[in-house]
Amino acid sequence: MRIETAGQNAFIVYFADQTSALVAAQIQAAVTRIRTTMAEMIVDLVPSYASLLVIFDIDRSDHFAVRGAIAAALKDLASSESSEGRLVTLPVYYAEESGPDLGRIAERAGIGIDEVIALHQQQEYRVYAIGFAPGFAYLGEVDERIAAPRLETPRQKVPRGAVAIADRQTAVYPAVSPGGWNLIGLCPTRMFDPDAEPSMPVGVGDRIRFEAIDRARFLDLGGEL
Amino acid sequence: MRQPGLLSLLMDRGRFGAHDLGLTTGGPLDFVAFDWANRLLGNDRNATCIEIGFGGLQLEAETATSVAITGATAPCTLDGKAIEQWRSYDLAPGDRLEIGFATAGTRAYLAVAGGFRVEPMFGSTATVMREKIGGLAGDKLQDGDLLPCSDGPVGSHQRLDEAGRPVYGDSARLRVVPGYQYHAFGHLQRWRFFNSAYRVTDRCDRMGFRLEGENVASEIVGMLSEGICLGAIQVPADGQPIVLMHDRQTIGGYPKIGSVIPQDLAALAQLGPGASVSFEAIDLSAAHTIHLLQQAAFRRTQLSPC
Repeated sequence: MRIETAGQNAFIVYFADQTSALVAAQIQAAVTRIRTTMAEMIVDLVPSYASLLVIFDIDRSDHFAVRGAIAAALKDLASSESSEGRLVTLPVYYAEESGPDLGRIAERAGIGIDEVIALHQQQEYRVYAIGFAPGFAYLGEVDERIAAPRLETPRQKVPRGAVAIADRQTAVYPAVSPGGWNLIGLCPTRMFDPDAEPSMPVGVGDRIRFEAIDRARFLDLGGEL
Repeated sequence: MRQPGLLSLLMDRGRFGAHDLGLTTGGPLDFVAFDWANRLLGNDRNATCIEIGFGGLQLEAETATSVAITGATAPCTLDGKAIEQWRSYDLAPGDRLEIGFATAGTRAYLAVAGGFRVEPMFGSTATVMREKIGGLAGDKLQDGDLLPCSDGPVGSHQRLDEAGRPVYGDSARLRVVPGYQYHAFGHLQRWRFFNSAYRVTDRCDRMGFRLEGENVASEIVGMLSEGICLGAIQVPADGQPIVLMHDRQTIGGYPKIGSVIPQDLAALAQLGPGASVSFEAIDLSAAHTIHLLQQAAFRRTQLSPC
C-alpha cells in the first residue's frame, strides 16, 4: 500500500498494481475505516480498481494531519476484515432485440448465443468503480470466453438499461448515452435515479448477479424496448 | 431572463460528497471572482450565483433586490446606463440589467442579495449539464427562465477597490503539485513540461482545458482508472496536456503528472484560446501556504462604501 500526493487537497492510496476481488474488498474496508475515523476531514472518497482517492477539507485540516490519519486508519488493514459487500440481483432481458451484439460475441467465442447468456449470468461480479457518468458501475470480471473489445466506432446512442461488455468488464448504462461497449441485453432496474432514495441500487464493493428474465417480465418491470 | 447569453449557469461552490454516485463537483471555474460577488452583497459564501460564460446576458428584475457583477470585464448597464463591476447596486422591479460580451477574461459572476433560491440536488445547486443535475432542470439558463430571489435589496453599497481586483491578461503561470504518476515521467520529460510555454486551445470547457505545445511522454503503457482530483493534468498518448476542471469525470485512466492548485485554476479559467501558460512545480506545503495566505488576504481586504 502506498499513499501518494494527488493534489493540493487530495491523496491517492494505491493498494496493488492489478485489480482482483480481494483488492476490491480491501478497498471497501479502507473506505469504511476512513469514513469512520476521518469523517470530519473528508470531502469525498473515490474508490476505483486498485486505488482510493481521498479528497480532504483543506479548511479543516492540513496535509500532514490527513496523511498521518490515512496511514493510521489503514494500519493492519487485514484482508480478513474485507467486507463482503451486499449481493444485488439485477434482472436482464437477454435477446437479440435487446442485445444487438450477442451474435457477434457468440461467433467470436465459437459458442451459441445461449451459452453467452449463461456465461454472463454464471459469474458473481464486484462493483470495482463508479464513474464515467452518474450511476455507471464498472463490474468485473467477465468470463474470458465472452470478453470482447470495445467497438471500433462507438454507437451514438446506447439505450438506458443496456447491459454491456468491454474486455473483462460489464456494466448497465444508467442513462441514454453514446457508448462503445458490446450490448447483450436490457435491465429494467434504474441504475441512477436522482429522485429515488438511494439514487443507486449498488455501491462500490457490492456483489452483483444477473438473472435472465423473459420479454413479458421485462415489460412488467417497466422496461422499454 | 430576457436573453440567456452563451453559457449562463446557476452555480454554488460545488457538489461535495457525491463522487460515490459518479457525480462530479461542478462549481465556479473562477472561485475568486465568485467569492467576491457574494461578499459584495454580504451573502453566505455558498450562495447561488450565475456563472456567465462569455456574456450576452439580459435580465429584468421582477422584485427589488441587489446585485453585484465580478469576474471577466464586460460592458454592464442598468436600465441603459453604464454601471461598474466589483460593486453592489440596488434593483427595482422593472429594471433591466445587461451584461455584454467579455473584453478581458471569459467568466463573469452575477450575485443577488441572499443568492438565487433554487432547490439543491445532492446538496448543491451547481449546474452540471453533462449530468443534467443542478440549476433549473440541470440545464443552462434559457430565455424566459424565472430566477427566484427573495431577500430584498441590501441598501448600503460596497465596492472592491481596483488594487484588490484580479487582472485578466493573456498568460498565466500555473503552480503544480507533482503527484499521481509524476515518477513515470522521465527527467527530460519533466524538464520539458516545466520549461515550455503551452497555448490554450479552443477545445476548452468546464470539463477540461486542452493545451498545445511540447510533447510530454510518460513510461506508462496502460493503467487502471483511478479517482481524478480538481486540476489534475492528464497527459494522453498524444503528449498534449489537459488540465481537468470542475466538471471532470470522477475517474479516468490517463497518466497524470500532478495537479494545478485551485488558486491558479481560477486564473486559467479566465484565459481564452491562444493564451499562453507555463507550469511551475511546488511542494504540498507551499500549496497549503498559498491557500492559507489567499484566504487570509480575502478576509483582510476591506470593501469601500460607495
